[in-house]
Amino acid sequence: MADIISEYEDRLPIKILGEIKNNLPKGISDSKLKKIMEAVYDEYSNAKAHPGESVGLIAAESIGEPGTQMTLNTFHFAGVAEMNVTLGLPRIIEILDGRKELDNPMMEIYLKKPYASGKKVEELRHLALQIKETKLKDISTEFTINIADFTIEVSLDKDKMKEIELTNSKVMDAILKQLKGYNIKDNKDSLVLKARSKEDVFNDAYKTKEKIKGITVKGIKGISQVLPVKREDEFVIITAGSNLADVLQLEEVDAYRTTTNNIFEIEQVLGIEAARQSIINEIFKVIESQGLNVDVRHIMLVADTMCVSGTLKGITRYGVVSDKSSVLARASFETPIKHIINAALVGEVDNLDSVVENVMVNQPVPIGTGLPSLAVKAPQKAKEK
Amino acid sequence: MAEEETEKKEQELEAVKQAIEGREGKAERIEQEEQHIYKQIKSITFSVLSPKMIKKMASAKIVTPELYDKEGYPVDGGLMDIRLGVIDPGLRCKTCGSKLKECIGHFGYIELARPIIHVKFVNIVMTILKCTCRECGRILIPDSKISKTKELLNQIEKESGVEERRQKVKEIIAGLKTVNKCPHCKAKQKKISLEKPTTFLEDEKRISPIEIRARLEKIPDGDCEIFGLKVPHVRPEWMVLTVLPIPPVTTRPSITLESGERSEDDLTHKMGDIVRINQRLFENINAGAPEIIVEDLWDLLQYHVTTFFDNNIAQLPPARHRSGQPLKTLTERIKSKEGRIRHNLAGKRTNFSARTVISPDPMLELFEVGVPFIIATKLTIPERANEWNIQYLKTFVEKGPDKYPGANYIIRPDGKKKKITEETKEASLEELQPGYIIERHLMDGDVAIFNRQPSLHRMSMMCHRVKVLPGKTLRLNPAVCTPYNAYFDGDEMNLHIPQTEEARAEAEILMEVQTQLVSLRYGLSLIGCTQDAISGNYVLTRENSIKREVAIDLISSVGITDFSKLPRKSIVTGKEVFSALLPDDFNYSGHSRLCDRSKEKCDKDSHVVIENGKLVSGVMDRNSLGEESGLMLRNIHQKYGKDYSIDVLGKIFRLGIEYLLRIGFTSALSDTDLPEPAKIKIREDLSTAKKDVDSLIAQFKEGKLETFPGKTKQETLELRILEVLNKARNETGRTVAAHADKRTHTMIMAESGARGNLLNLAQMAACVGQQAMRGKRIEKGFEQRTLSNFRKGDLSPEAHGFISNGFKTGLTPAEFFFGSMTGRDSLMDTALRTPKSGYLYRRLANAMQDLRVEYDNTVRDASQKIIQFEYGEDGVDVSKSENGFINVKRIISAV
Repeated sequence: MADIISEYEDRLPIKILGEIKNNLPKGISDSKLKKIMEAVYDEYSNAKAHPGESVGLIAAESIGEPGTQMTLNTFHFAGVAEMNVTLGLPRIIEILDGRKELDNPMMEIYLKKPYASGKKVEELRHLALQIKETKLKDISTEFTINIADFTIEVSLDKDKMKEIELTNSKVMDAILKQLKGYNIKDNKDSLVLKARSKEDVFNDAYKTKEKIKGITVKGIKGISQVLPVKREDEFVIITAGSNLADVLQLEEVDAYRTTTNNIFEIEQVLGIEAARQSIINEIFKVIESQGLNVDVRHIMLVADTMCVSGTLKGITRYGVVSDKSSVLARASFETPIKHIINAALVGEVDNLDSVVENVMVNQPVPIGTGLPSLAVKAPQKAKEK
Repeated sequence: MAEEETEKKEQELEAVKQAIEGREGKAERIEQEEQHIYKQIKSITFSVLSPKMIKKMASAKIVTPELYDKEGYPVDGGLMDIRLGVIDPGLRCKTCGSKLKECIGHFGYIELARPIIHVKFVNIVMTILKCTCRECGRILIPDSKISKTKELLNQIEKESGVEERRQKVKEIIAGLKTVNKCPHCKAKQKKISLEKPTTFLEDEKRISPIEIRARLEKIPDGDCEIFGLKVPHVRPEWMVLTVLPIPPVTTRPSITLESGERSEDDLTHKMGDIVRINQRLFENINAGAPEIIVEDLWDLLQYHVTTFFDNNIAQLPPARHRSGQPLKTLTERIKSKEGRIRHNLAGKRTNFSARTVISPDPMLELFEVGVPFIIATKLTIPERANEWNIQYLKTFVEKGPDKYPGANYIIRPDGKKKKITEETKEASLEELQPGYIIERHLMDGDVAIFNRQPSLHRMSMMCHRVKVLPGKTLRLNPAVCTPYNAYFDGDEMNLHIPQTEEARAEAEILMEVQTQLVSLRYGLSLIGCTQDAISGNYVLTRENSIKREVAIDLISSVGITDFSKLPRKSIVTGKEVFSALLPDDFNYSGHSRLCDRSKEKCDKDSHVVIENGKLVSGVMDRNSLGEESGLMLRNIHQKYGKDYSIDVLGKIFRLGIEYLLRIGFTSALSDTDLPEPAKIKIREDLSTAKKDVDSLIAQFKEGKLETFPGKTKQETLELRILEVLNKARNETGRTVAAHADKRTHTMIMAESGARGNLLNLAQMAACVGQQAMRGKRIEKGFEQRTLSNFRKGDLSPEAHGFISNGFKTGLTPAEFFFGSMTGRDSLMDTALRTPKSGYLYRRLANAMQDLRVEYDNTVRDASQKIIQFEYGEDGVDVSKSENGFINVKRIISAV
């Protein structure tokens, strides 16, 4: 039985083979199995897309058409205030634009076995604190400048510090790491910063005062909210704000499953193939949440066109469209003058092998039934032979 | 230039291209012949026009701003010179000798008195000036590095395309800005800056265009390459104009107003200005006028030439008509949606089309379209006469243009078109012989393409068969509304008649409704029964006693003449009637909407089983018949093919409607009546909810309310209130569902999935519920209150958009107001969404339209770059799959 199936291994996709194996009735005879395999293969080869099929346009239609039915609603609550999820049309646009800054960046942090169970609530809390970004201004009550000797005094909120497990020395370390050219003195309830150089201390002090407010004293930069959520039988930390590179450094985090909705970040950290998969997942998620039905193949094709160049490119005039080989195709999208002028400067040649140019010059388009051409052996040549 | 092409096509493109930017191209022209030469364009090269080329391709030199003489005849050497083409009937072009509409126009040129900088090239001229030596004209890169740089650039172009090369050039140039000594002749470089739009300064002193041109001329060809300029196509000095090409008259036709006055095109106006100032400049220079006057005129000429190319330059005031309206010059002609490229080149107009309001006709087949007589006599199909069909075609000519089915035109073999009128009928009839083409009226069975905008789908344009009908609207079967997204509330649709055999064949094979049954978006039936057809079949399949006569009447009215499938009984069941439409060897098992899917066979008659073409159990509803689900239909399609399934679908559709016609079906106000105990229960539920909310508010005010983690007190309260109110509304919904009379037609519609649902019913009968905006209760309005009749800080349900009345009892003014608020909100949402999603769609389509499956099963784009190795990772076409899968289970059970 196994060899009959393996015979078809390079002719049928693995997924279908697996499905056959799972659905076969027990004790099936070889001849019957052969018949089944042949029938499945027949159906599979009949269902294959024909050469020339304009799959790109079909994919564009399949995503563009339900776009008119999607909601514009941006806000959906995920439990905590300030934690929104962009869904519907705006999210699709965001993904396809290939934006680097998202409206609502989010992460789903999965944890390794001992932490995920959530039995040790204390540990979970501890971890959440380690992830959530705390800025200096969050743990201080006042920033004052002493004009006499140009020092900056930061009064600390001791209660808050205790709550998030921070000590003065830790805060000092964090400041020293991110601020160059200053000495810090620990006054227990406050920290005093003094510039080492003597030049232009007065202006500097004001600038620094504003600057140190935003210094991260604890947690991971960019993550503004943390929310542990129970999913099936494990705890997952959902965050507002995203910083994949730093989160993956944490020991407790299960790096295999942890993810972010910022595709650009995924590309930077995990590479282009991961970015492709994440585009597919994210688009699929939105479409599903809207109760629409779009086949993955269409989404895959969109994701692939965004990723073929090796870097993430949005479907915009700066991204995918600017990569087209044809001048007229680029010009017909946006900013035609710019494209034509630049083409003229380098003497670009348009070989008329995509769709719009051929529409422009009233010729059949090289797609679908416009693709095949007739090859005829000229009779003279036959005589020559 | 285009290597081989039809004369006309070349000229069209040429005109556009050259009008865009004066640019070089071989202006080779094939002598116009009587016959059309069909040639294919292989490629188009873009380049910049050299002064030499401008003169070479010009057929006239323009020297005077005058347009016409006293007789209204175009002046020689004027802008409307007939050597540039003709736009008046009766005149002949002096260059090619052809008449109006035959002559495609010819370029002319102006000799400019002084060089003028071309606005569109200002930036590139700027970078070139900055990066070349002011003395020797060499690029500011030492000889030793030049070849290396070139190699690097070529490699980049090979690897990642022209666009990347352009980026790299920019980078290199940026690095040259700091060089202040020429590595070749050691001359010191001065700082060059640009005063927008067209003035160049060197150390704050102006460089005249003559000087700029002289410097650009000095640059050797090899150095141009580093700037990304390919020499045979462009030389830097060509970007400073010494001659200006004049576009043909045909590209700027004048309009004759009713008063007989001529109104010239914007371009002609602009060029008139240029010629006038140019002549004055010449005169002044020749007369030895003071430098200041010459400079002023020169600047003016620069302004006119600049606005001739682009009238939307930020630093310049746009040139205007006398009325104050800005002129539309070259750039504006090309740019944007209404510009040449998107409006005229990428989008075309068509003849042989019709458009009117649509209306439904369930008695049409799905693949038919009802065309009114009036339209059918105007739209024609060309049929070529031969000795076998000439008698048949003569009958059309005999009838003439007014009687249907007649003919409107005959076309002689030499291409001459003759209109058929009552008078010429006889002559035409005699003249007719094989080889003539007769444009006959549209008839039943002709192929037509039917379309409704927005055409977001390929299913928005499908091929239908014409059925000529009385009336004045286009008619279609309501089942095909879904793919078109059409409603009969005044929608209009377009009809196109393909004119060639090729087009008809392609429309029939690729676009016919049958071929579009399965959605290519998700691989399920797109077309199915809707509305009455569903409720009709639902009621029919539930009914147990139908007289045989009635049953026969029913199935014969849907078009079945063979009654042998109907059991020989005097009373038959609805299921047996339905089974008469099914093929004998059809097996299917599925669930109806009411089925709880837990048991193998449920008792409520909701498990649909079809054995050997007989509906054994179960009722037909949306799950089996409906659009976008219709599992039974998908199975029929899979097994029996498109033609059979569209036939069955049409019959099932008509069966539903016919049955409803016989039993009568309506929705009544009494359908929403509730028995007294239900009313009391609803009232009680609502009042307890209100009490609960009150107590929550009280707790909140006392500060006793337990807050949810991460929420403020107000937010917690809002959430709790929403929860309570939603629960109450759901409860009323349940009460309504429990007490509603299942026999009412409203309930039948809701249950079968034809239209409406229980929520709609509950909203009518009992309680509309909370009106929410952005996921919250309504908060907008006045300070701390929604409407002025509430107290400030009132948190009660009724003050924040809870509508406790049903639509039947009527809403209070405040409730009605809240209802309209959410209504307006959703209206806004749609209005804002349409352009956004439209733009997204345009971008997607534009980016992906060239992707296709190749013969080796890879997906590639136009430049043969591989996008996917196998389409969708398994090569399966979604429209040939079942919801994206190959149904292995079905195959196994079938074998």
